[in-house]
Amino acid sequence: MSVDEAKVRHIAKLARLAVTDEEVRALAPELSNILGWVEQLGEVNVEGVAPMTAVIPNILRLREDIVTEGDRRDAVLANAPVAEHGFFAVPKVIE
Amino acid sequence: MAELTEFGVAAIRDGVKGGTFSAREAAEAYIAAMEAGRALNAYVVETPDHALAAADAADAARVSGDLKPLSGVPLGIKDLFCTEGVQTTAGSRMLEGYKPVYESTVSGNLFAAGAGMLGKLNMDEFAMGSSNETSAFGNVLSPWRRNDGGNVALTPGGSSGGSASAVSARLAPGVTGTDTGGSIRQPAAFTGITGIKPTYGRCSRWGVVAFASSLDQAGPMARDVRDCAILLEAMAGFDAKDATSLDLPVPNWEALLSSDIRGKRIGIPKEYRIDGVPAEIDAAWEQGIAWLRDAGAEIVEVSLPHTKYALPAYYIIAPAEASSNLARYDGVRYGLRVQPAQGGLNDMYEATRAAGFGAEVKRRIMIGTYVLSAGFYDAYFNQAQKVRALIARDFEQAFAQVDLLLTPTAPSAAFGLGEKLADPIAMYLNDVFAVPASLAGLPAISVPAGLDGQGLPLGLQIIGRPLDEQGVLNAALAFEERAGFTHRAEAWW
Repeated sequence: MSVDEAKVRHIAKLARLAVTDEEVRALAPELSNILGWVEQLGEVNVEGVAPMTAVIPNILRLREDIVTEGDRRDAVLANAPVAEHGFFAVPKVIE
Repeated sequence: MAELTEFGVAAIRDGVKGGTFSAREAAEAYIAAMEAGRALNAYVVETPDHALAAADAADAARVSGDLKPLSGVPLGIKDLFCTEGVQTTAGSRMLEGYKPVYESTVSGNLFAAGAGMLGKLNMDEFAMGSSNETSAFGNVLSPWRRNDGGNVALTPGGSSGGSASAVSARLAPGVTGTDTGGSIRQPAAFTGITGIKPTYGRCSRWGVVAFASSLDQAGPMARDVRDCAILLEAMAGFDAKDATSLDLPVPNWEALLSSDIRGKRIGIPKEYRIDGVPAEIDAAWEQGIAWLRDAGAEIVEVSLPHTKYALPAYYIIAPAEASSNLARYDGVRYGLRVQPAQGGLNDMYEATRAAGFGAEVKRRIMIGTYVLSAGFYDAYFNQAQKVRALIARDFEQAFAQVDLLLTPTAPSAAFGLGEKLADPIAMYLNDVFAVPASLAGLPAISVPAGLDGQGLPLGLQIIGRPLDEQGVLNAALAFEERAGFTHRAEAWW
């Protein structure tokens, strides 16, 4: 699979990564190479094989629907780049 | 008395217990070594006060008769583990200055067992790398040098590069590492130390900065097999906070250590003999086979037919999981925020992530986003998960015939910094022998086997059945007794 520069920009958009023109030029051949290399998986016969979902068989546990560690607002906000009035603050999203 | 930094985990524990020296003396010796070893850039944060407080508690516990399993043992903690109140960066600019308000389960277990923390250890950014060169806080140097007098700076391996360098250079008796596709085992092999990745689910992932959640697993790195057994016992255990944690008792791995492996069947997978691997790796492997045969094991050739597909499968699955996990770095709840003037929320996300992530992390996020994107999910991600199932089945079938597998850990000795940076795939190939066991969640250890012609350490890997850490440790002990690896890097730092 050859990845062109338009595709790189699209993927970067999906990944919420701002990319410079220079990065786009570098990433296109790099991603093409890596994807070309992983495409050898296509030659494996996987007929009737279920995709792995758990590497070690385990029970999916459920826990009680109760608060375990509540009332820690200040700790939750302690590392926020911007916190105001007890909330995470983000740029205005509604005009 | 010898320098206290000559003492490993068991020796410090026993020395403190027996009163040969105080825990404070041991901690002070390692703090001095850590400070004298700054040229290696193994530690990104030093926490001498933490180590000393634990040491004083250990010395008090000795008097009151309350010693714990790791009382008085100072450890290095990989910077992927959240440590309460102590900067945790995962090697990334994105998390510079981040001080968790909670403790990871694994580091908390170690501290509850009496251990102290010397500091946080450098690593590849978000554990993505095999040479520690992707760290935002500079390369880690291996204490080892080639014997050609050239003094070329060598990689300690990665991603647990700071961990490996610190143990190898005696800047810590033992450390934590994490292994997603070889990040404990490859650096252990490169630096002449021992490191074990336990069965997936043995060690809680809670509070470990996530890379690829179906693969990430914590484990110890130390100077020998016994020290690894001691540390793993303290690190492991069920944790309700990790949905994939195994609800099983932790075996007494140290107490049950035995190098008597007579009658064990050890498989040699023929697909691990690949082109382009130096003859010295093959020679070390042959020597390892001879040692285990000498220990009374029966050597059996086995086949793991899908081995060659493990690495490409890994480079779909791990980036896919990483692209999802790293979506959390959005400049809102923690970490870096870059807010372009006049920009909206999306501009903030994009600018923050562009500034906070390094090139390799961006590359993997891009690959992961691509293989999960509409129209490609089946062809890439689903196919890789099917191949992963086949790789696990290969191991299952091999373990019907044998108890353990012996392979090389890495396809080369340590390489020079910068040598593989230009070609991502050449870098990825470092983990060709380590990744299959990761994909299958199996316990695997790297033990030093000897030196190559350039005077650099080579390691071999022993892989076991799920949950058979004991079998892995015991075979490694039998191997260690025969290898008698006492080489170490001459101090130049």
